[in-house]
This record gives sequence, structure tokens and C-alpha cells, in this order.
Amino acid sequence: MPRIIIFLSLFITYAIYSVVVYSKGTMSISSSAFHESEKIRNGKELFQQYNCISCHQLYGLGGYLGPELTTAYSDPQRGELYMKAFLQAGGPRMPNFHFTKEEIDDIISYLKYVDTTAVTYKTRQIQ
Amino acid sequence: MNPEKLNTESYPSDKIARKFLVLAISYLLLGLLLGIIGGFQYILPPFLKDNVSFQKTRPLHVYLVLTWIFTAAQAGLYYYLPRIVNRPVYWLRGVWLHFFLQLSVSLVIIICFFLGYFGGREYLEFPPLIGAFILLGWVPFAINFFFTLKPNYKTAPVYIWSWSTGILFFFITLSESYLWLIGHFNNNVVRDVTVQWKALGSMVGSWNMLVYGTAMYVMEKISGDVKLFRSPLAFFFYFLGLTNLMFNWGHHTYIVPAAPWVKTVAYIISMTELLILGHIIWNWRKSLAAAKRNYHSIPYRLLSFGDVWIFLNLILAIAISVPAWNFYTHGTHITVAHAMGATIGINTMLLFASVFYMIQKENPDATENRKRMVGTGIIITNIALLVFWISLLGSGVAKIISKQNNEPFYTLMQKSQSWFKLFTYSGVIVFIGLFILIASVLLIIRARRRPT
Ligand code: HEC
Ligand code: HEM
Repeated sequence: MPRIIIFLSLFITYAIYSVVVYSKGTMSISSSAFHESEKIRNGKELFQQYNCISCHQLYGLGGYLGPELTTAYSDPQRGELYMKAFLQAGGPRMPNFHFTKEEIDDIISYLKYVDTTAVTYKTRQIQ
Repeated sequence: MNPEKLNTESYPSDKIARKFLVLAISYLLLGLLLGIIGGFQYILPPFLKDNVSFQKTRPLHVYLVLTWIFTAAQAGLYYYLPRIVNRPVYWLRGVWLHFFLQLSVSLVIIICFFLGYFGGREYLEFPPLIGAFILLGWVPFAINFFFTLKPNYKTAPVYIWSWSTGILFFFITLSESYLWLIGHFNNNVVRDVTVQWKALGSMVGSWNMLVYGTAMYVMEKISGDVKLFRSPLAFFFYFLGLTNLMFNWGHHTYIVPAAPWVKTVAYIISMTELLILGHIIWNWRKSLAAAKRNYHSIPYRLLSFGDVWIFLNLILAIAISVPAWNFYTHGTHITVAHAMGATIGINTMLLFASVFYMIQKENPDATENRKRMVGTGIIITNIALLVFWISLLGSGVAKIISKQNNEPFYTLMQKSQSWFKLFTYSGVIVFIGLFILIASVLLIIRARRRPT
């Protein structure tokens, strides 16, 4: 009997924890930009459709053949034009996806939005 | 429940259990081949860049090898369930239904990947609708598990708790990973990433529950000691494992700007990780009489190697869960070392222990004849895996140093080449080692049984 009680208490804690995790602490970055901008949403869709996550990481999530993209936009060594170049032509390892100009703009808008949320990365970099 | 008597008994579901076994091994074989192609894409940049690019090889590899883990555990369960309760499975046709659903879903997934249809989610990179069919395939499996066993949780041994938990949480976590289809998650990248880490982190816990349950069952059968997995200590470790499954995923998200207390909870809990099973196998080994060790030497050796990997991965896992270090190791190949070290070293070793236990029961003579071949496979796999694991750690360290020096990505890739070469070449040897195990399993299954 106590085993069943322990299980149920853990399970209930887990359920509550899940709800809290998914609602608290993430509001501040719940960017209204996302709602307002069709481009960001399209960019995210393209990002998933072309499975960019298999080679790139956002917040460390993804494959490792390509560079981490979370702060690529604000990175002084990379930035918008640099990113666009790879989206247009691919690279030694990255395939050329033959994106249209609009698609590239949308992807850049999404990655720019991701960059604005990356507060933890940036405070660490300043330190 | 005195299963030692049942050694020679056979059940109607044994045939399909063997089919699941062969299916599981086919996933492993294909998955390994794609892993090797992925490895070569690290060291030969233009290798298959346009047709079978890393965008396809990585998801295929990950899907296939993870499906090997689930399917091998399921094959074992279909074989063990009737032997635990001493009667046939509840719904034999359900087992076949599960088999065909599983097979068709994987074919669809493989085709989608080759054609370039993606859902673009970490680990579950296939189009989202397919997730529903994966869950559907698990329904007959769950029905058969619960209705065949009709578990009485007041007296059930701990491995029945583990299996039940694994199944329950597979349903929960796979569904949870699809929360991104809702705007609340999809419109906020932090939540979007959190869903993936949280759901997948717990899904790893769910397959661990299935695999550990299987390993404990095999250990009980080998030792014949029915008290081992009914003791309060065994349950203490089970609940520790469950707590890990539920709460330790946060150690993946230290860098995500979510609520900071999530990280503290995760850190404290991660500290207990893996200690659990390591301790259990250690105790079991100590208690085992030499004669039993000898007769069951193949599963025994596999379980022992599993234990070595538990300790290696435990040290690594604790190290990379320290937030100050995680800042550096996160997003490097050290994470891949953790992932593959655990899925190959621990899960695959334990599952092969179960596989060989099963086929030895079916055909002891043929297994005895292949003992040396299997022994060679085990040694090659484990030595190569150690090199493979170290090369991943090395690539991770190279990336950390490169990040500190603010070097651009291509410089990093150039400097890491020798680690990547070591990684790919040792990966080929891991493949050879595992291939020997796979071939032995198939040869033993196909060998004719001598009439007794
Ligand atoms: C097959 C793996 C692969 C896939 C898929 C892939 N990339 Fe890349 N990407 C790379 C690699 C590797 C580089 C570095 C240049 C190189 O070696 O080709 C790169 C470079 C980049 C860069 C330049 C930034 C930098 O830090 O170098 C951007 C931006 C980028 N990729 C975006 C994307 C997007 C968006 C997608 C999805 C549409 C995508 N990539 C899909 C492998 C990939
Ligand atoms: C039973 C055997 C194996 C299992 C269970 C396994 C499992 C995994 C898992 C879970 C990942 C995802 C890691 C992550 O979180 O990013 C992965 C990635 C990978 N594996 Fe394996 N693997 C196996 C064997 C191999 C072999 C033999 C190779 C050959 C070199 C290989 C090559 C790779 C590559 C290239 C990646 C992608 C790493 C990246 O993201 O850049 N794997 N594997």
C-alpha cells in the first residue's frame, strides 16, 4: 500500500510541476513579436520543414554537424549578411536549399527573434 | 510464480516474440549503418551532401537505434509475460496487430526521411501525424501487458513496477512532445525548447524503465533469488529512478532562460542518477554462485559490461550536471558521449543480455556452440566503444577550447578533425563488434533445435 501512495504522490507532484514549468517564468520572453509577425512564424515553419535542427542547435538542442544558431544574429563575427550567404548558397557541409529571397528573409526574422530571447547566453558572454 | 520449472514450456506468442526480436535487430543493423554514414559526413565534407545529407542520416540513425531499444524490450516482454503468469498472453492477435502497425509505421518514417518530409523536432524528426500512429501501435502492447499480467502492485516485484511505469510514461511523454502544436508553446521559443527537453528527457526515463525492468527480470531468473527484486531497497531505488524520470530533465535546460528553480531541482536530482542500477547489478553479481555464472556466462558478461558503462556514464552525467561546467559542455559532443555512452554501453548491453537469455532458453545447444563468437563480439564492442566515447569527449573539449578563443566554426571543424576521425573509425569497429552479436543471434535462432 505505501508503494502505491508514494507513486501517486510523485505522480501528482509531477503533474503540478509540469503545469508550473510550462506557464511560470517564461512569460517575459513570450514575445508578442511572434504573434504580430507572419514572417517569424513562416520562418519557424521553414526551420522545421527543412529539419535545420538535425545539424544546428537552438539552446543546445539539435545535431552537432553545424554551428549553434541561438545568438548567430547578434554575433559580431556572423550577423545577418553572413547568415544570408549560407542560406543562399549552402556551405562545404550545408546543402543549398534553393530558398527564395522571401524564405530567406523569413528564416532570418525567426533567428533574429530567437536571438532576442537568448538573455542567458548574452549575460554569460559579457561576464 | 515459480518460473524455474517452466524452462521447456512454450507459448503461442513465442513465435511472434521471435519476430519482434528479428525486427529489433534489423532496426539496430540499419541504424548502425546510418550512424556510420553520419560519421563519415563529419570527416568527408561533401560525402552524400545533397542526396543523403546529415539532415536525413542523423534522424534516421536516431530513430532506428532508439526503436531498436524499445522493440528489443517489447520482444523480451512478449516472451517473458506468459512465463511470469504461467498462461498465454491475453490477446494474441493484438501482438500481431502491434507487429504490423510497428513495421508499417517504421517503413513510412524511413520513406518520409528519404523523401525529405520532416517535422523538424529533435529526435522525433518525422511529420507530426506519424506520432499518432506510433502511439496507436503501443495500444495493443499496453493491453497485452496489463491484461496478461493483471499486476497486483501490493506484492509485485519491482521489475513489474518498472515495466508498467515505462509504458505509462511512453504514452505521456510522446503526447507531451506534441504540445508544440498548440500556440502557447509554438509561439514562444523558450517554451518550445523546454517542451522538447522535458518530454524527451522523460521519454529516455521511460525506455530506461523498460530496459532496467528487463535486466532485473533476467537477473532474477539467472540467480533464482526471488527476494532480490522485492526488497525495500530495490523499491527505494525504483522510486529514485522514477523521481529522476520525472524531474531530472531540467539538467538539459540550464542555459534556457526559464524559471531558475527548475535548474536547482534538476541538479539535486541528477546527482542520484544511475547510482540506482549500478548498485543493483553490483549486489547481484556478488550474490551469484559460480555455477550459475558459468552456465549463463553470456548474459552475465553483458550485464557486467553494462555495469561498467553505468559507472563511467554516472561520473560523466554528474560532472556535466554541475551548472558551472554544464555552461561549457552543453551543446558539444560531450552531450553525444553521454547519449551514445548510455544507449550503447548500458541499454544495448542489457538488452543483448535479455536477447541471449531468451534464445539460450529456446536453444541451449546452439547458444553453447556460439559462445566464443559472442564473447569476441562483446569484447570488440566494448573496447571500441571506450575509444568511441573518449573521441566524443575529446571533440567536446576541442569545441570548448575553441569557443573560449572565439574561433569561427570552420577553424573548430579543422582542429577537431583528428577527433572526428577517431570517432568514425572506432564507430566502424563498434559496428563490427555489434554485427558479430547480431549475426550470432540470427545463427542461433535459425539453428535447428536438437530433440530432447
Ligand atoms: C546537413 C546539415 C545542415 C543542415 C540540414 C542545415 N545546415 Fe546550416 N550549416 C551547416 C554547416 C556545417 C554550416 C557551417 C558551414 C559549412 O561547413 O557548410 C552551416 C551554416 C549555417 C549558417 C551560417 C551561420 C554560421 O554560424 O556559420 C546559417 C545561418 C545556417 N547554417 C542556417 C541553416 C538553416 C536555417 C537551415 C534549415 C533551413 C540549415 N542551416 C540547415 C549544416 C547544415
Ligand atoms: C547501438 C548503437 C548506437 C546507439 C544506440 C546510438 C545512439 C545515438 C543517439 C541517441 C544519438 C543522438 C545524440 C544526441 O543527443 O545528439 C546518436 C547520434 C549520432 N550517432 Fe549514434 N548510436 C549508436 C551507434 C553509432 C555508431 C556505430 C556510429 C558511427 C560512427 C554513430 C554515429 C552517430 C552520429 C554521427 C550521431 C550524430 C551526432 C550529432 O548530432 O552530430 N552511432 N546516436
